[in-house]
Parts: sequence; C-alpha cells; structure tokens
Amino acid sequence: MLSEKEKSLLKKYLPGDDVLIQCMHCGMCLAACPTYELTKLERSSPRGRIRLIKSVAEGTLEISETFAEEMNFCLDCQACETACPAGVQYGKMVESARVVIEKSYTTSFFKKSFKRFMLNSVVANHSRLKILAAMLYFYQNYGLRKLLTGILSIFPFAKKLVEIESLMPQISKKFSSEVIAEKTFPVNPIKHKIAFSTGCIMDVAFADINLDTIEVLKKFHCEIQTPKEQVCCGSLHAHNGEIEKAKELARKNLDVFSNLDYDFLISNSAGCGAFMKEYAHLLNDEPQYAEKAKLFSGKVKDISEFLAAVELQDSLHSVDEKVTYHDACHLCHSQKITEEPRKVLNQIPGLTLLPLEESTWCCGSAGIYNVTRHEDADKILERKMKNLVESGANMVVTGNPGCIGQLKYGIRKYGLPVEVLHTVSVVRKSIENNI
Amino acid sequence: MEKATLEKIKKIVGKEHFFDSPEDKLSYSYDGTPLLQQLPEAVVFPQNQEQIGELLRLASADSFAIVPRGAGTGLSGGSIPVANSLVVVMTKWNRIFEIDTANLTALVEPGVVTGLFQKEVEKLGLFYPPDPGSMNVCTLGGNVAENAGGLRGLKYGVTKNYVLGVEMILPSGEFLKIGGKNVKDVAGYNLKDVVVGSEGTLGIFTKILLKLIPLPTKSKTITVNFNKIIDSGKSVADIIASHITPSMIEFLDQTTMNCVEDYTNIGLDRNAEAMLLLEVDGRGSSVDEDAETIVSILKKNNAGQIRIADTASEALSLKTARRSAFSALARRKPTTILEDATVPRSELPVMIEKVREAASNFNVLIGNFGHAGDGNLHPTCLTDERDASEILRAHRAFGFIFNEAIKLGGTITGEHGTGLAKKEFLESAVGKEGIEFMKKIKTVVDPGNVLNPGKILTVAPRCEGNLPRKRELIPDFHSHAEK
Repeated sequence: MLSEKEKSLLKKYLPGDDVLIQCMHCGMCLAACPTYELTKLERSSPRGRIRLIKSVAEGTLEISETFAEEMNFCLDCQACETACPAGVQYGKMVESARVVIEKSYTTSFFKKSFKRFMLNSVVANHSRLKILAAMLYFYQNYGLRKLLTGILSIFPFAKKLVEIESLMPQISKKFSSEVIAEKTFPVNPIKHKIAFSTGCIMDVAFADINLDTIEVLKKFHCEIQTPKEQVCCGSLHAHNGEIEKAKELARKNLDVFSNLDYDFLISNSAGCGAFMKEYAHLLNDEPQYAEKAKLFSGKVKDISEFLAAVELQDSLHSVDEKVTYHDACHLCHSQKITEEPRKVLNQIPGLTLLPLEESTWCCGSAGIYNVTRHEDADKILERKMKNLVESGANMVVTGNPGCIGQLKYGIRKYGLPVEVLHTVSVVRKSIENNI
Repeated sequence: MEKATLEKIKKIVGKEHFFDSPEDKLSYSYDGTPLLQQLPEAVVFPQNQEQIGELLRLASADSFAIVPRGAGTGLSGGSIPVANSLVVVMTKWNRIFEIDTANLTALVEPGVVTGLFQKEVEKLGLFYPPDPGSMNVCTLGGNVAENAGGLRGLKYGVTKNYVLGVEMILPSGEFLKIGGKNVKDVAGYNLKDVVVGSEGTLGIFTKILLKLIPLPTKSKTITVNFNKIIDSGKSVADIIASHITPSMIEFLDQTTMNCVEDYTNIGLDRNAEAMLLLEVDGRGSSVDEDAETIVSILKKNNAGQIRIADTASEALSLKTARRSAFSALARRKPTTILEDATVPRSELPVMIEKVREAASNFNVLIGNFGHAGDGNLHPTCLTDERDASEILRAHRAFGFIFNEAIKLGGTITGEHGTGLAKKEFLESAVGKEGIEFMKKIKTVVDPGNVLNPGKILTVAPRCEGNLPRKRELIPDFHSHAEK
C-alpha cells in the first residue's frame, strides 16, 4: 500500500514502537484536551491521535486528509502530558506526525507555501522580520489600517479576514533588539551573569516587555549579554512540521551563545524557553552539537523561574490590583513551571492574587494556531474569557507573547475591563512604584 | 455489516452523528483495558431516546451488535467493540436535570462526567462519594453500568449504593423506568440491582436518579510505614474490629513505594515493606477521637513513622504517594495490567502474601496497592505486550491470584467488572448455577443477543463472532493460556 519512499519517511520521522506503546489508552488525557472538549470525538483526543499515529507508523492507515486534519487541529498545548499517568511525550509524537504530513501530504499548495515562506524566510530571518514589522507598524499607525478594515468590513465575506487582522499585535515603534545594548551592566556589584534571549515576537511586537526584563534583571544585580547575532529559537518551525529548519536555527544559536560566558540564559517567552530547553534532545545525535546543546539547555531559565529564586521583597512596592494568573501552556505543561510566577506575584505588596478557574487550559493562541485555525481558536478563547470574568480580576498576568496577544484580542472582542501584563512587567511596576 | 444497514443507521441518527471513517473506527477500537481491541463497523452519537430504540430494533432485524460506550476508561473491556458491531457513544448526554435539595437526589444524563457532577453537588453542601480513579474523565452512565467503586468504598459504599432509579432502553427498543425518589420502595423485584453492574448487556441508560448525602465538614489524614507487611494487614483488621470506619484505608506495598519514590522523590522509606494512608471524616469531635484510636492501634502493631495532617494542604501532601501510585507503576513498563481481586477484610494479610507469591512463582513484576479497608487490592503487573512469554506468565499469575482470592471467600473483581478481561474466571467466582441464572436473565431481556454480546458471559447457542483480542503480535493467546 505504501511506496518505499513513504515507508522510509515514516521510519525516519515517526517515533518507534518503543515510544508509541507507552500510551496505555487509559483515557486520563481526555478531560484535559481542549479539542476533545470541542468535538467529543476520540480522534480529536490525545489518546485517539496516538492510536492514529501508531496505525500510520504500522502502515495500516494512510496519511489521509482526516489524519492531517486531526494532527493540525491539535493545539500542541501538551495539557495531556500533565494529565498522563504514563509520562507519554505526546507533543513530540504529534510534531513528528506533522513533519510527515508536511513532507508527504499536500494541503492547499498556496497555504503551505505561504506558511513555509513566513516561517522559513521571515520569522527565521530576523532582518526580514523587522522589515515586515516596520511595514506593519506603518500600516497600523498611518491610517492604512483604519482604511483597509473600514473598506473590508463593508463586505460580509471579509468578516473573518477583519477578525484575523485584529489578532495582529500592535507593532512596537522601536524593536527591543535595537535599543538593548549587547552588554548591560547593573549599578550594583554583579551577582549573576545572564545571557538574554530576545525572542522574535517579543522583540518586534512586545518590545516593552523585553525592556522591562532588562530593567528588572539590572535591579537584581545581573550583567546581561544580548548578542545581536542570535536568531529565532525555531519552536514555531518544530511545532509546524519544519524540523530541519528548527535544527538549523538551533545550531546557529548554539554557535552564538557558546562564545559567551554566562550562568543562565533568560527567556521571557514560554514557547522559546521550552524549546531551547529541548535543544539537548533535538541535537542529541549530532556529534558536533550534542555536548554544546546539553550545556546550553541546562542553563535556560524562564524569567519567572529566575525571579522566584531571587530575594525580591526589599525592592518591591505596592501594586494595588486584583490580579489573576493565566498559565501559558509552554510554561506549565512543557516546563512544569506553575508555582514560580505565583510566588513572585504573591510577594508584591498590595497585590491580590485571585484564582483563575482552569488556569492551565489553553487560551487558543498556541503559536500561530489562532491565525491558521482562527475559528477553533475563538471557541477555545471563549472559555478562557468566561473564566477570566468569573475570577473578578482587573489584571491578567501571563508569561508568553502568544498568550498576551490572544488575551488582549479576547478582551477587546468581549469588551472586558481587564489589563494584560507579563509577569516581569508587573515586577518592574512594583519596583518603580516607589512613592 | 451490509452497506444498506449502515445507510439505515445513518438515517436514524443523521449523517452528522454517524462516523465510519477508518480514523473513527480505529479510535473507537479500544477502551482503557490493556491488550484488547477490535474495530467496530461504525460509531454513532444518538440524539434522543427514540433513536436509541430504533437502533436496537434495527440491530435485531439486521443482526448486528450494539456496544454502548461512555468515556471509554473501563478496565475490563466493557466498551470494546465486538464483531460486526455499532458503537453507541453517550458522552454528549451530559445534562444535570435536577439537584433536589429537599430529597437529596439528583437526576442526570448518563454522559455527565463523575468529577464534574461531584463539584456541582458539593457547591450545595452535598456529597456523591463514589470516586473511581478515572473520575475526572469517566461518566456516571459508565459508573452505573460497571458498578464502579473507588477509594471511599469502605465507609460510603460503591455506585450501587447511590442509584435510586434509572430510565433505560431495552434491547427490544422498549422504554423502562425503574425506581424513584423514595427512600423505601419494595414494590416487586429489586430490578435496580439487576441493571446496576450489567455492563451494557441489558439496556442503555438514558437517565439516572442518584442519592446524595450531606458533605462531611471535617477530616483527618494519617500516613504510616511498616517494616513488616504483615503488620499493615493486621492494623487494618484491628481498626475494622474496633468499630471505627475510616473514609479510606489505602495500602501500598514495597514495589509500589519504590516506583513512587523513583518517580516523585518525596522521601518514602525504601526499606519499609508497606505503607497505609488513612482518612477519617465526619462532623465535630468524633473525627479527632477516631484519629487518636487509630494511631494507638497502629502503634500496637509495630508501626514505623506516623504522620498526621490537620490542614487540607498537609493532607494533600500526605496523599501524594497514593495518588501517584498508578502513574509511578505505569511509567515502569509499557504495558500495565491493573486487576482488582477482592477478599473479605479479615483475609487481607493472607491475600497480600499470595500476591507476592504469584509475582515470584511466575517471575513477573507485580506492584500491589489498593483499598485495604474494603479488601479490594490492585495487584498491578508491569509488563510489555510485545513479550508474549511474559504476557503468558502474567496471565498465569493472575489466574493464581484470582483462585487464591476465591479460596479465601473473595471475588475476581471488586470494582472493574467482568467484561472480557475476567470472563474466563467468572464461573469459579459465581458457580455454574450463578452463570446459568445470569444467562437466563440475559436471554429473556435480550433474546436476539444484540446488546454488548460476549461480555460477562457467552449465551449459547448463538456465536458472538470473534471477540476482541490483544494485538495481532501475540497469536493464539487464549489457547496458550489454557494449556
């Protein structure tokens, strides 16, 4: 049934029997899965998807349209990994299935080429990303946006387009990588040597958060190196089936960072941090990089992880807000970081931390999912917004640019009086509220 | 199945609720039971009672089987498709119609998730105690069909103790309503106890009426280690004999403790042969008094370290070991066979010893944990389904365990059900006459043998067709096992 070429493709990219057999189909993942909640179909559940991947690997199921659809329907939020008693690494399985789909099954040629072009030629190339971002900034700030969405909104068929357009984060006037010096020194004696990963989206769309991170790190006696040559971490590529490109980017980053002398590599983007912690695994069969990658991944820390271990209290001042915390999937499920950001927030005087029901439930952002599968993402967002309203908070804090963008979009869409901030921005606010 | 029949099924439920793609058949070919699977012909989500009735009538007319299914977390194969079958999924029937705070009852649909239901009633200060391990996922319909138990069985009983009535569709397609809100009701045969635990062989539930009780306001949690496993068994027997009924007494053996420690690093004593987790609950000062009595009984039985939690968060940390027991075991090897042999509580120390004997005699790795307070153990075999000879030894070890349980006056299954996994041991547990009586009931209620045929028992002379088997990699498993 399968050609030799297809067989070798499956063998090369899909996990082997040893990995697939670890799923004992107990079903504990079902309640954690946002897509199963939407369809109530087994094939939209982690256990169902693993069964399908297993069948494809065994050669008893074709790489069908339904198969591709289910693999892409998955948010890759990895909430199922948290729920799984057997420790099955589902995320890796679904990502490998996406590689196989990308390589064999043709979705719309145009859609695929556009996605590839964006991922490989724009996101992966920071100078091109900046050019695009600068164009978008111009578009957003010189009347073009109003004009275009105004014209589009007249046509009913363009409703979806206008909605997706509104997902676009406000591009920062100055990108953080242009403002942050390659080396930043604290005022006080140096206690920690930090390398800082600027992220791509953070850099162009949330430059302020990067600047907040630098200020906060400075305050806590960190010498910070921010190499200009660093590139995209590759997580978006890996999650979307472009594994070779992801590896290429990882190698570049290892080349850049292994020249520096530092204790921790700090990331404020949960998705990037999670993926950089994976470099060790990603490149473990490349003799030239395996050792470097292991060393590198061991040093990666999320900013909340770092702050939770630092003596903060004396530097913090009152932030009088009712705050709730949304767990970014790539922090809580991939990196298992849930206590640290809460510990940081709880130390801020005046701040009331309110519980958010289903805080670890995906917001629908999931990398570029909210663009590629806008309608599904909207349904998932609705649940998050309902819980947000019920929390009674006037500020929601989280640790990932994707979530920040999606939550802002949701808050606008539902007209909620809630502000969205990154954990590190709240800390900076608290440091500077020195009145 | 004939194409024409599939078309008729599609017409009954509507095409958007009918699924027969290869992907759908594959993803409904299993439940939570290890080793067994089989493809159905199609999967449907019925929209109303009438459709279920029509499907059952069609099943008789066109001779196919119907396999009802909830969340598919069962461990005895109750919802695994049989040959030439249609899977009827009830998960979308998930409305809670009423929580009657005057009569302390709740009327629900069978697809309501057990854990969500508990949260809802607890908001009103009420309590639905049955808490099977899969409670965050499994459905009340599945719980009733399997008569599911849980950690609180010792004091609060199991699902059957909370079912006041059901509405169901019989294999003939007819509607039947059993029971009601009355605390006392002796009108006619107690049919409720026939259908609870019938594993989807007698009817498909459409509504369930459940009993609720007041939520206990206070609880105390205790953990204790034992250097000798026998002392843990004696402690349980002494606590029961002293007329204290804790809400749970959970047991972990050394293999399980070691797996938990490997996985969680919470500092369990690897030299201890067993540990117990106990909880007493209720209202007022009796909770503290019971806890004190328990501690003195434990001390008399050579207890090692005893820890007592007063706050909810301390209790949660004490429960970590027990809560991660299954996960810790499941990570050790790819295939995890979790059984539920049960004995009268006084026989617990003997049974624990017999499980150890089984593991060493048949050279398999068995972790033992479970609900010591009600005599319900979970000997869990950690194996690899690709290793046919080890699977065979595991099967023999369980055969030995079940036989020993029966010799002690126990049973082959305390809470998972018979289904396919334990069908071959049923006669030894209930006797020839017992099986004959069950067959008579099944034949009268389901003369066409259309509803979940081949589960629990085989009704002669109609052949059920091939029953689901373990993966093709292990051919002739049963004939091997019978040798």
